[in-house]
Amino acid sequence: MERKTAQRLRRIDAGRITNAVRNLFIKANTMLGNDVLGALSRARDREESPIGREVLAKILANADIARNSALPICQDTGLAVLFLEVGQDVRIVGGSLQDAVAEGVRRAYAEGFLRKSVCDPFTRVNTKDNTPAVIHCDIVPGDHLRIIAMPKGGGSENMSRARMLTPSAGLEGVMQFVLETVEKAGANACPPVIVGIGIGGSLEEACLLAKKALLRPVGAKNEDDERLAKMESDLYEKINALGIGPAGLGGRVTTLGVAALMKPCHIASLPVAVNLQCHVARHREETL
Amino acid sequence: MNPTFAAGEDLSLRLTTPLSAKTRARLKAGDMVLLSGDIYTARDAAHRRLYEAIVKGLPLPIDLTTATIFYAAPSPTPVGKVIGSIGPTTSYRMDVFTPTLIERGLRGMIGKGNRSPEVVLAIKRYGAVYFGAIGGIAALTASCVKHMEMVAYEDLGPEAIRKLTVLDMPVVVINDAEGNDLYARARSDWSILSE
Repeated sequence: MERKTAQRLRRIDAGRITNAVRNLFIKANTMLGNDVLGALSRARDREESPIGREVLAKILANADIARNSALPICQDTGLAVLFLEVGQDVRIVGGSLQDAVAEGVRRAYAEGFLRKSVCDPFTRVNTKDNTPAVIHCDIVPGDHLRIIAMPKGGGSENMSRARMLTPSAGLEGVMQFVLETVEKAGANACPPVIVGIGIGGSLEEACLLAKKALLRPVGAKNEDDERLAKMESDLYEKINALGIGPAGLGGRVTTLGVAALMKPCHIASLPVAVNLQCHVARHREETL
Repeated sequence: MNPTFAAGEDLSLRLTTPLSAKTRARLKAGDMVLLSGDIYTARDAAHRRLYEAIVKGLPLPIDLTTATIFYAAPSPTPVGKVIGSIGPTTSYRMDVFTPTLIERGLRGMIGKGNRSPEVVLAIKRYGAVYFGAIGGIAALTASCVKHMEMVAYEDLGPEAIRKLTVLDMPVVVINDAEGNDLYARARSDWSILSE
C-alpha cells in the first residue's frame, strides 16, 4: 500500500531546486519586473514636482543600466525570502529541500556578485553567504514545486510595523495605522513605496499576509473582497496626498500601489501588519 | 565667484571634496549638487568601531578632518569593474555616533532619511552638511565612482571603510548649517491636507 503511493509521487531533484533558486535571485536583483517598470513610468508622467520627476527618471534609467550590465538594481540585495508551494505529490530526491534552497542562495549571492547582508543580531558578524534564507513553505495539492524568490531590502523592512488593534478600531483604525506607518517611514523606506497590508489571523499570520500581498502585480486591485479593494484605492489616494514624494524630496507620488490580504481573526483581536516595499520591488518565480 | 560653484549642465552645483568652511556655509537645503573627489564609505558596524575608538582615545584608521562619509556598503565588484552597485543606506541608525564624529572633524554626510535633533544641532554648531542621495539607483551611482580603495576594517566585508573617488555624484542638500531641512520643507510644499 505504502509502496504504491510512493510510486505515484513525482520526483524532483534537489539540484534542480538549487539551480532555480540561484537563477531567480540573480534575475530578481538585476531585472526589475514589468509591472514595477510600468508603474514607475506612469508615476513619472503624472508627477508634478520637478525634483520628483527627476528622481523617477533616474530610477528608470538605473533599471535599464542594471538589466543591461547585470549589476544589482540596488546595492542592498536583501535578505533572501522565499515562498515555496510544495505539491503533496512531490518527493524531493538527492538532498533536503532546506539544503537545496540554502545552496541556491549561496550560489546566487557569490556568482551574481550580490551583497551578503546577513549577520548575527548581537555580534553583527556577517554570515558571508547571505544564508540563512527566510523560507515560507506551503504544502498544497498537486505534484509541482513553485518557488518565489523575493530579495527584501533592509530600509523598507525596518519601517514596517504590526499592531494588535482592538476590534472597535475597525477598517478606519486599520487605514489610520497604515497611513501613519507610511508617514513615519518618510524618505527612509525609499519612496515611492509599495504597501503590503495583512489583516486578521494571528500576529504572525498578519505579517505573512502583508508580505504575500507584496507579490501581487503592482497596481492590480483586489479581486476577492470589495471592501479591501475600496480600502486599497482610498489608501492609495491618501498616501499620495502626504507629499513625501520620490526619495522623500516632495511630490505627488509616494506610493505605486497598495495591496491588502485578509483572514478571519480571534473575536478579541484585530491584527494588522504593514510591510513596506521600496520602489525596487523584486520577486521572481518558477514552477518546477 | 567661487570657482567650485560653477553650475553644471542641469543647474546643479559642482563641488569637490574636501568641502571648505566657506563652501559649506553657502550650501542651502534643496541645493542640487554634483559631488566629486574623495569620500569614505562607513555604515553601522564601522560607525560603532570609529565611535568606540574615539571614546577610548585610540587612533582612528581614517582622518576625519573635513572628511565626507557616505553611508553605504557596495555590492561586490564584478570582474573588470571599479565597484559593484552602491547607494545610500538609511542614516538614522548612525545618529547615535554622528555628533561625536562631527566633533572629531567630520563635515559631510551622505545618506537618506531624517536625522535626529542631536545631529541637526551638531551640523549647525560645526557648520557641517548632510546630503541626501537617491536610494535604489545603485547601478547608476556606481558609474560615478572612478576609484575604490579598501581603507579599514576589512573584516567587516561590505561594511568595511572604503575610500571612493567620485565624479559628479548627484546628491541634494537635506540639512544645512542654518538648520533648514529639505524633507520637512518638501512635505509642507506638497502635502494635500485632507478635509
